Amino acid sequence: MNDWILWLLDLPPEASTYAAGVDCLHFVVITTTVFGAVLVFLLAVYWLVRYRQRRPLETTATSSISLRHEIALIGGLLSLFLAFWVVGATQYNHMRSPPAGAMTVYVTAKQWMWKFGYPSGRASMDILTVPVHRPVKLVMTSRDVIHSFYVPAFRMKQDVVPGRYYTAWFEATSPGQYAIECAEYCGVSHSRMGGAVQVLSDEDYARWLGGKEFDAPGARFEGSVAERGDLASAGRDVAARRGCFACHTIDGQPHIGPTWVGLFGSEVTLADGTSVVADEAYLTRSMMDPQAQIVRGYKPVMPTYFGVLEATEVASLVEFMKSIADVTPTPAITLPRVAPEPGTGSRGSLP
Amino acid sequence: MTTIDASALFPGRATGDDPAQEPAAAAPGQAGPSYLTDGTTVWSWIATTDHKRIGVMYFVTTVFALAMGGAFALLLRAEHLTPTRTIVDAYTYNRLFTMHGIVMVWLFMIPSIPAAFGNFLLPMMLGAKDVAFPRLNLLSYYIYLVGSIWVLVALWMGGCDTGWTFYTPYSAHSPSAVVPTVFGIFIVGWSTILTGMNFIVTTHTMRARGLGWFRMPLFVWAMYGTSIIQVLATPVLAISLAIVGVDHALDWGLFDPARGGDPVLYQHLFWFYSHPAVYIMILPAMGVISEVVPTFCHHNISSYKAIAYSTLGIAFVGFGTWGHHMFVAGISAFDAGAFGVLSMLVAIFSAIKVFTWVFTMRAGSIVLRTPLVYFFAFLFLFVFGGMTGVAVATQSLDVHWHDTYFVVAHFHFIMVGGTLTAWLAAIHYWFPKVTGKMYSERWATLGAVLVFGGFFLTFFPQFLLGNAGMPRRYYDYDPVYQPLHVASTIGAFILGAAMLLVCIVLVVAIFTGERASANPWDSRSYEWYAPSPPPKHNFDREPAFGRGPYDYAEPFAGAAEFEASPEAKAGTS
Repeated sequence: MNDWILWLLDLPPEASTYAAGVDCLHFVVITTTVFGAVLVFLLAVYWLVRYRQRRPLETTATSSISLRHEIALIGGLLSLFLAFWVVGATQYNHMRSPPAGAMTVYVTAKQWMWKFGYPSGRASMDILTVPVHRPVKLVMTSRDVIHSFYVPAFRMKQDVVPGRYYTAWFEATSPGQYAIECAEYCGVSHSRMGGAVQVLSDEDYARWLGGKEFDAPGARFEGSVAERGDLASAGRDVAARRGCFACHTIDGQPHIGPTWVGLFGSEVTLADGTSVVADEAYLTRSMMDPQAQIVRGYKPVMPTYFGVLEATEVASLVEFMKSIADVTPTPAITLPRVAPEPGTGSRGSLP
Repeated sequence: MTTIDASALFPGRATGDDPAQEPAAAAPGQAGPSYLTDGTTVWSWIATTDHKRIGVMYFVTTVFALAMGGAFALLLRAEHLTPTRTIVDAYTYNRLFTMHGIVMVWLFMIPSIPAAFGNFLLPMMLGAKDVAFPRLNLLSYYIYLVGSIWVLVALWMGGCDTGWTFYTPYSAHSPSAVVPTVFGIFIVGWSTILTGMNFIVTTHTMRARGLGWFRMPLFVWAMYGTSIIQVLATPVLAISLAIVGVDHALDWGLFDPARGGDPVLYQHLFWFYSHPAVYIMILPAMGVISEVVPTFCHHNISSYKAIAYSTLGIAFVGFGTWGHHMFVAGISAFDAGAFGVLSMLVAIFSAIKVFTWVFTMRAGSIVLRTPLVYFFAFLFLFVFGGMTGVAVATQSLDVHWHDTYFVVAHFHFIMVGGTLTAWLAAIHYWFPKVTGKMYSERWATLGAVLVFGGFFLTFFPQFLLGNAGMPRRYYDYDPVYQPLHVASTIGAFILGAAMLLVCIVLVVAIFTGERASANPWDSRSYEWYAPSPPPKHNFDREPAFGRGPYDYAEPFAGAAEFEASPEAKAGTS
């Protein structure tokens, strides 16, 4: 959008791929609003003057708005509103559908900070570091109350709810620092629950991956996961420690639960006949609320891991499953039931 | 048990009424004492079952609530003069905006027009002597009073800091007085339900003979639509808040995800009530406007059925739009789309009303008096605020605006720019009927202009703050937002001063105003056939129900023509 429109509407700079489209619709809708309100008001003022009372207690002939006028007004307005809805809903669906191949960052909110976990095993507080021109998928949860991850410059916002893992995505269009704000009231320090997205150029991002020199002052780091290596290898330990392998295999054998080999990104057929792509949203929901989506051919026996698995452990498990998404399963024995197909859907590539 | 009193229908009709209870209905102009002077003891007021006195008691109580909510608002605005601490700390700030919302929504806005003006006017507009259940009506008032006092007790205990929305899990663990606050609202909810039920029964059973559904004043339609929402939606609020209270007090964890609860379910329940609740607040305002416009334009409403049916449309379609508060709360894309398109539909009903009001002005005989000045303020603010409602219901735009000052500005344009200006229009419009006095037109108009100016300066900058990305409920803010915040604060204090001026003008008028005639605005609506102020049983002459309340093709059929027989009237006109 033109800079003067951003200035006129007092909007922050546009720093994501979908911001310009949203601002364009914003401008059209707000212009319609202003003109609509002014036009109706001026029409009323004109008739106020035109039909002012000439002598006291005068009577007026009965007259009604004709049905034709009424239908034209309603039809015109309804078409306008529905046009807003069609464009708005299309943009909204686009904003809610992370593109294939997006890099993943795990976000955990708590009073009153943001914690980011990267697949490499790195973690940071309040500063999210991402490369420019790469779609970034956020897998977000909260440890206490509801928060909302809001980056005004990206025109992006997603509530972060305890017990649920929501995904959101963005693709930054230019390097820089963009404020993160918590938009859902979360207690006494709500207004201080901020942070920033640090968008780096490809070269700078490569250097950031190697060290810490691009970390903004004030960013805090946690070494616990990083010391164990990347998230995927941490995930194998988590799975062993939490007993996941009692039911799930990593060699392609179907067991009490489906195998994890080739699971991520594949299309899973559920007991009710519908199918779903095994992405981060599906996998996290299966851990937190296992009875919600039962895979066809398996019994609903998995217990919930809500309150058992920590957010970093969930992130590690998902990354571990991703790391074995491309492994071709080699069943040791032939079973009457066909083992799940290797992943045929889109793959999340590791950064 | 209260039964519907047939004699409460218009007196003088063959309803087997007890002559001893009749007011002096014999000759026009010789009514009994007005409802204000018929019994002057304190007991005669606090134990009254007269709908007009109950309406006045509601009115006075809601004005106190408005003053309290307004004082909180001014404190909030003063706090935002600087980006960090100005006068209060963060915890106090959080409790202030919560109590501002609670007091304004449940203690002022919801009863403001329905319970005060609805009580006073609904029976008169139906040609009835009272509502269907007068004693229940009095009970409703006292339930409201007890609930309000309970909220004050909660305030005295430190107040609540969850926001008026009480989102879980925060509300389950908030250190503030959540339980007494939700209990106070729970009590007030009963009053709302009972009043709604009373009005529905009154409208169905108490209409005077000859007064069909499509001859009722449109304010009655608005009350009827409002009452439907009150009866259907308020129980859901009561249940939701009761669960919040239990969660907080006993730690049952009914919305706690760790124990199988779902915090998003709470939001569904809350908005299932609270979105229709905004129609509880705006429908009565629309009813007021539907009375004010024909009266001061001296022209029939340009489409009676458009207003009546759109009222029902809002009342019912309004129940299917709550999800537009949750576009980023984690509902599915399909749900978001469905709620989005239904929200567009409900906006159409409001637009129908706006066009009908404006077209009513065409070929009228328009007199610009204070209530019509408020209509003009309402018209601009409501259309602007309503269109920004369409804007925030546009899903992709809402993602940026949700929980920012844009939303705050939007709903204040509707709630204050719409409902408050309509409430002020109602006060000025029916002031002669209620008090029997006239106010100073000049000062009242000045008050109206200042209210509009102060309001606009308060809330217009907040749209820009929202665009810029300032979230709501922020105690500290980025200093770049300061100029807009200062402008908003200045506007708020102008608005506060304007409200004070309006109050003074009206109080002075009560004591020194000229006596009002029965129909000072030359209206055709039925309540103006009664003396000003009306006697206890409302009418000493029968309103012209056969003519309809918006028939401006003939002179007013009150006073002089009253005694003329229908045949004689037909001959002369």
